[in-house]
Amino acid sequence: MELLPTIWFVAIAVLWTGYLFLEGFDLGVGMLMKVFARDNTERRVLINTIGPVWDGNEVWLLTAGGATFAAFPLWYASLFSALYLPLLLVLVALIFRAVAFEYRGKVDNPRWRARWDWAISAGSFVAAFGVGAALALTTTGLPLDANGDREGGPFAWFSGYAVLGGFAVVGFSLLHGLGFLALKTDGEVRHRARAWFVRLLPVLLLPMAGWAVSLQLLSGEAWTIAAVVAAVVAAVLAWNFARKDAEGRAFLSLGAFLLLGSASIFGAAFPVVLPSTLDPAFNLTVSNASSSDYTLGLMSIVACIGLPLVLAYQAWTYWVFRRRVSAAHIPEAHSFLPAIAAKALAPKD
Amino acid sequence: MDALEIARWQFGITTVYHFMMVPLTIGLGLVVAVIQTLWYRTGKPEYLRMTKFWGKLFLINFIMGVATGIVQEFQFGMAWSEYSRFVGDVFGAPLAMEALLAFFVESTFLGLWIFGWKQLKPGVHLACLWVAVIGSVFSAYFIIVANSWMQHPVGVEMVNGRPVMTDAWAVFTNNTALVAVPHTLFGALAVAGGFLLGIAWYHLWRRRHDGIDTIGADGKVIPGEAAGILGRDRADHTVWIRSLRIGAVVAMISFAGTAVTGDLQGKLMFEQQPMKMAAAEAACHDGTGFSVLSVGNVGAKNCDDIVAVIEVPGILSFLAKGDFTTEVKGVNSLLDEYQSKYGTTLPDNPIYGDRAGQQIQYVPVMEVTYWGFRMMIGFGGVAALAALVALWATRKGTVPASRGLMRLAVFGILAPFGANAAGWIFTEMGRQPFVVAPNPDPSGIDQVFMFTAAAVSPGVSAGEIMTSLVVLTSIYAVLLVVEVKLLVKYIRGGVASAMPELVHAPVDENEDKTPRGGPGKPDDDVLAFAY
Repeated sequence: MELLPTIWFVAIAVLWTGYLFLEGFDLGVGMLMKVFARDNTERRVLINTIGPVWDGNEVWLLTAGGATFAAFPLWYASLFSALYLPLLLVLVALIFRAVAFEYRGKVDNPRWRARWDWAISAGSFVAAFGVGAALALTTTGLPLDANGDREGGPFAWFSGYAVLGGFAVVGFSLLHGLGFLALKTDGEVRHRARAWFVRLLPVLLLPMAGWAVSLQLLSGEAWTIAAVVAAVVAAVLAWNFARKDAEGRAFLSLGAFLLLGSASIFGAAFPVVLPSTLDPAFNLTVSNASSSDYTLGLMSIVACIGLPLVLAYQAWTYWVFRRRVSAAHIPEAHSFLPAIAAKALAPKD
Repeated sequence: MDALEIARWQFGITTVYHFMMVPLTIGLGLVVAVIQTLWYRTGKPEYLRMTKFWGKLFLINFIMGVATGIVQEFQFGMAWSEYSRFVGDVFGAPLAMEALLAFFVESTFLGLWIFGWKQLKPGVHLACLWVAVIGSVFSAYFIIVANSWMQHPVGVEMVNGRPVMTDAWAVFTNNTALVAVPHTLFGALAVAGGFLLGIAWYHLWRRRHDGIDTIGADGKVIPGEAAGILGRDRADHTVWIRSLRIGAVVAMISFAGTAVTGDLQGKLMFEQQPMKMAAAEAACHDGTGFSVLSVGNVGAKNCDDIVAVIEVPGILSFLAKGDFTTEVKGVNSLLDEYQSKYGTTLPDNPIYGDRAGQQIQYVPVMEVTYWGFRMMIGFGGVAALAALVALWATRKGTVPASRGLMRLAVFGILAPFGANAAGWIFTEMGRQPFVVAPNPDPSGIDQVFMFTAAAVSPGVSAGEIMTSLVVLTSIYAVLLVVEVKLLVKYIRGGVASAMPELVHAPVDENEDKTPRGGPGKPDDDVLAFAY
């Protein structure tokens, strides 16, 4: 077993976990825009809890994708081309969601806002579902031929695992979003988020637990099974902390659940990065899909410098914007007219 | 159309679209950072207003670049899996570094800048913008390193039919990239210059039209105030005339910059991709003359019916070699060279699908290369000339009252965008039929090349790619309308559109650096800015 490809498999697992931990809560907050927030002020509270950070969180996805391209080009090529249509949906969702955050407040009009609210909720849901489906499928397999190309047409990727993985990330993100709101808001939103968190935790974590357990049945090892058990313990802790109003500890416990769950999933999948459901001989593995040691060595140096820096300044961002946001902080909408004599003197519509 | 052609259209459309937002982001980001630095240094209120106004437009545009950028990274794997497999060892690294070292910096520090007006000390807040802008410059560097490797592969050797990186230094200091990066950055600044110039012209014109600014007996402007229109005070005039002059100077400097770096690029390209430059000239035969105008069917297979109507002798040699006499090879003699080196037909290999055995078209589509090259230079030159005229026309402090001239100035914002798009279309289409162009250098990696026909995803159907082409193109079209409408709304609103404090509580702007507390909102600084 080669050292550098193994290190990079771990690195990519870390990047995906970081992505799910960070963007997980902003995807969750996005989905909650429609089902949780009751009025425009509450929606603005929700958006502004993630406003300064969601874009930085999303870069974890780009980095996970880019690192897969650099370290395992064959994995990147096969996974992304096999999942052509689902990834197209993810892209569309991410485009609308990103633009919606920035544009929603730029026009003071309820219909305008309602449209972008849909873009944020639906976009967050579809992105979470698609990423979850893709991650589940890379652990459970796709119908790939000897060259790593998908056989069986545009929908050949579809399976129960895709649905399970999709709901796993959607469920986790929703719960994580509630935990984040309980931590980052004050007043009515905070209390409601905490109540929802306690009530919904079992059902929202069930699909991710199901994914982790089914992977143990496929290819589990002693330590990965232990990780699943530990993840369940972390989930129980998160539930208990939330019940006792310890929002910070509940948030961290859910983070531990994610870390342990993803360790159990990626650990059980290792050393296969993308199994072929047609023939195990076509499996893409850590050794046959990786880049040269030279490239991996170069990337290792870059990652050793870059990743701690990213963690440091992203942590600083959360520190700068650590204050809780509540409805009282939301300023009134900023409406303005063209700076034109004829328009400014005319009555406002 | 088969999957390959649809995938090429998709890549072209999404990339050209993405690259409308990118140069404005890079260029305007630099300009806003400089303006905020001026405010930080001098404390003059007009610089704060300029920072807020141009910063707002910057953000409306920035988010579109972010949203369409994700498509670019995913697209390599989705539609070009064979390409990704072939180049991954060397091409993936700069892409991953772009995300890790540039995108993180850009997005995180921009978030701090947008929301941190009151949470951060003024110096730290300004530094955040600079860090974000430098991040965007780094992202340009990394992506151009990746692109330059496709134009001029270096630092690799072939192992089992795939290039493997052996010399990262060579890849990251590829001379193709080292000249393309400044060329691209100057191109981005040209966009920002034209943007400032056109919009500031509109506002100065508007102030004259509304009777706020008048012209004195000496021909100089007398700035006035309009009490009924938000933000239309005397300082407002300073905002626009200063923005206009900054824009004009930036536009002229960046045109000079693109000319110098473009010349260096051209000289490299004559060595590295001679066919691209011959096609840029529609030059069939060896010669020294630069075609100012050629007529005839420049796309014809037989290049001989092209007639150069106006040709300046010696200039082509100067562009290529720096003298006026060296013969530059034309399409016909290069065609023989390429055919003997890389074959006349696509090899009988399954990756070519139905195209195996087809004749290889070594000559790029000459209408595109010939006119792309000229549009790039033409649009760039027109914008720089207009900037010079604008500086002269506004020497007495405002713009002429002519509505037509104002429209021309606003319309002129598009010229540098056109130059950028034409330049990229030229250089990418001119690389065809290769996706990775062969490096003709005798150092021995001549066999590292890939035909575009082999690059597309074999497992993906034409229907899937057509679906994504239609979906992405329609969404991009809708979002372009939305973005332009929002930009227009904020532009017409003037500075007040970007400064709620001017509208809701007109306070002394010099005190803006300290938190404003009001009754009922004791901790106003929790959200200095709110979505």
